[in-house]
Amino acid sequence: MAVIAFYLIAAVVLVSALSVIMARNPVHSVLWLILAFFSSAGLLVLIGAEFLAMLLVVVYVGAVAVLFLFVVMMLDVDFVELKRGTLRYWPFAVLVGIIFAAEIVLASVIGTADMETNFDASPGAETNAEAIGQVMYTQYLLLFQMAGIILLVAMVGAIVLTLRHRPETKRQNIAKQTSRRRSDAYELKDPTPGQGI
Amino acid sequence: MSEIERLALDYLPVIIFLVIGAVISGLFILGSVLLAPSNPDPEKNSAYECGFPAFDDARMKFDVRFYLVAILFIIFDLEVAFLFPWAVSLGTIGLVGFWSMVGFLGVLTIGFVYEWRRGALEWE
Repeated sequence: MAVIAFYLIAAVVLVSALSVIMARNPVHSVLWLILAFFSSAGLLVLIGAEFLAMLLVVVYVGAVAVLFLFVVMMLDVDFVELKRGTLRYWPFAVLVGIIFAAEIVLASVIGTADMETNFDASPGAETNAEAIGQVMYTQYLLLFQMAGIILLVAMVGAIVLTLRHRPETKRQNIAKQTSRRRSDAYELKDPTPGQGI
Repeated sequence: MSEIERLALDYLPVIIFLVIGAVISGLFILGSVLLAPSNPDPEKNSAYECGFPAFDDARMKFDVRFYLVAILFIIFDLEVAFLFPWAVSLGTIGLVGFWSMVGFLGVLTIGFVYEWRRGALEWE
């Protein structure tokens, strides 16, 4: 039963991943990618890594897919133009494919039979989230802090690259608004008739 | 009871939720296909412009500021994701674990202050 579920979900992952690169419309590609993310979350649930599965849905489906949609929308969706020059990327695509395949082969060679049969998604803890929490903040403290710094660099980089203030737009300055007094705005005069001010 | 049956039982509310969601959204799509009058016309399908032919396609480029908002959202989304395993294992990881998270949050607070001061959270 678990094996059937695995093959079913894995087939969905493969088909949707293939559709990501086969779809002609980039928006459809992103939708296929979301299906691939969801199915991968299903695979993680099957091996008992429930926290990782939920994280995949929250972070990848909830945020990364939205980011991809924005990127697609920022592209000039000119399909003829997009198709042109695809051939140029073939050598690069083949190189990436070979590296991925080598990594998968390497992982399956290194992985022992014991790891495959006695796989434990949450070693030494009740749940997956606890197992991660017990090592990530103490044993892998340095890597954890590095993750924080990488996030900081991403934040600053995104702001530096994309934030452009338009000088002509009028902004509301609430402090200036509330500190404005009646005397700053107008003055009452009492001109005598026939003389003016 | 086998492993997969226990898993399915654990996820029963989720499965029920998914099934109900799929059924309801399917009914809405089916209902609008069956019930709504469909009488397409090139004029009806074209983009609406007030009184003159449409200038160009509706698929225009988005402002890059949407992207900035999404990226800043992802960063804080990840920050919160790091908080979950920390919260459930806080009893066992001790002071080191507590202060490592405080340091992590401190680093991201620097970024938060930076983006606030730069006005990246404002929409002009």
